[in-house]
Amino acid sequence: MTNSLPPEFADLEPFADWCLGTEAERFGKRLASSMDEMQAFYDAAFPRLEAVLAYLDTFDLNGLPDDAGRLLTLSYSLINISFPVEVWRQARVPDSGAARIDVVVEPAV
Amino acid sequence: MAHFPKPVEGSWTEHYPELGTSTVNYEDSISPAFYELERKAIFSRTWLNVGRVEELPRSGSYFTKELQCAGTSVIIVRDKEGVVRGFHNICRHRGNKLVWNDFPREETRGSCRQFTCKYHGWRYDLDGALNFVQQESEFFDLDKADLGLVAVQTEVWQGFIFVNLDADNTVPVRDYLGELGAGLEGYPFGQMTQVYKYRANVGSNWKLFIDAFAEFYHAPVLHARQAIGEESRKLQGYGYEALSYGIDGPHGMVSSWGGMSPPKDPSMVKPIERVLRSGLFGPWDRPDIDGLDALPRGLNPARSPAWGIDSFVFFPNFMLLVWAPGWYLTYHYWPTSYNTHIFEGTLYFVPPKNATERLRQELAAVTFKEYALQDGNTLEATQSMIESRAVTQFPLNDQEILLRHLHKTAKEYVADHAATSTPVAVPAGR
Repeated sequence: MTNSLPPEFADLEPFADWCLGTEAERFGKRLASSMDEMQAFYDAAFPRLEAVLAYLDTFDLNGLPDDAGRLLTLSYSLINISFPVEVWRQARVPDSGAARIDVVVEPAV
Repeated sequence: MAHFPKPVEGSWTEHYPELGTSTVNYEDSISPAFYELERKAIFSRTWLNVGRVEELPRSGSYFTKELQCAGTSVIIVRDKEGVVRGFHNICRHRGNKLVWNDFPREETRGSCRQFTCKYHGWRYDLDGALNFVQQESEFFDLDKADLGLVAVQTEVWQGFIFVNLDADNTVPVRDYLGELGAGLEGYPFGQMTQVYKYRANVGSNWKLFIDAFAEFYHAPVLHARQAIGEESRKLQGYGYEALSYGIDGPHGMVSSWGGMSPPKDPSMVKPIERVLRSGLFGPWDRPDIDGLDALPRGLNPARSPAWGIDSFVFFPNFMLLVWAPGWYLTYHYWPTSYNTHIFEGTLYFVPPKNATERLRQELAAVTFKEYALQDGNTLEATQSMIESRAVTQFPLNDQEILLRHLHKTAKEYVADHAATSTPVAVPAGR
């Protein structure tokens, strides 16, 4: 999966498996990941978030080039793991047991 | 110690003396018999919100809604004239469910020119008229004009589509929603079309989950860990007080402050919230649309500069939450038994203009789910222990006034229905 992200963000290429198009895929990968894996992704991607925003904002949101679109979905994943990394210290929401809430409608982009 | 003024009676609860201040019992939430009465007295007789007009973008757009609570399924469709109509989802020939895909009990949506029954190919226009019968000449005295789809009262208020399954109902939805509904008219709901919808099967009575979202007394405790260290301790120390409460007929509302958008001290929120300028209360910056500067009179009734969110409980099962930063959220609770229901939470934002706005909304949506997972699971813990009946009387404080009102309203609907409906004679077998 080389060059799946814009060249300016080649440093995030090792985490390109977080480029996931749906919330179900992102939440699923979160539950299947260790805290070390999520921490490594966060430590690499979070410091780059402001640069990502500046870069993506140069495009029309509904006409993103493929690599920029993947960078956007990578950023959705960063948001999804922010609670485990910044707050919970675990992948699941504490005391949520077997409870699940499914996304049934989400934006296309 | 009061941070916000209360009515002259000394409390919100005593401002509405019919509520009383005594302990309450939740037999209405643990009794299978009471639930059966609710299905008839409440869900088969009140206006139920089943969606938004944006879900029906053009003539022929339709969706189905499973109303297990009222023992039916309905089709909602925009007809050729653009009118939103509702029908019982049943073919007049042999009673097959008319519109479904793959799984008869699952909801579906789409667009069509007419409805065709999967069973024998009877066809109905978008206005419900039967227009084709397979081998019509084989039937006896069949008049297609008498066999249109059975209409359900369907009305639109501020873009929200409501149905009422009581064919004898004479109250328009706008009147039903009363003062609290009227006070919201004019809010730019129709411009907030970027939608995230969540669904969950929850192991509790439907009213108990409304209870959870109709008070914020729980927030500083149950959600303590979402706030960062020092801030969390501070919030617990303050406790929670609403800006104001309102009750009109079966409906209620709570107006609340919202210190998180943006926070006074950025260090009190998560790092990613500081970078994205968004969080549980939504993106901190209002979208650039008309209609948010002069809010409808029903919002922020206390006219507080600290206003953050108003939560409306429209009886029986529709909650509408309007957030100061310019977005809204709906909750629906669809009972499936006395101790289970389907919860739906739907977030509506103004469509983002760029990736930054898109990511801010994503953070708000992700945060919503983190909180809802905690709330939902707590409810199962509550349901199971109330069912033990080890304790049957429970105190409610002044910040829990809407719970007192909801359970009282449900009991009154059931009692009124029992008083006015004639007992049905059991038919003799033949």
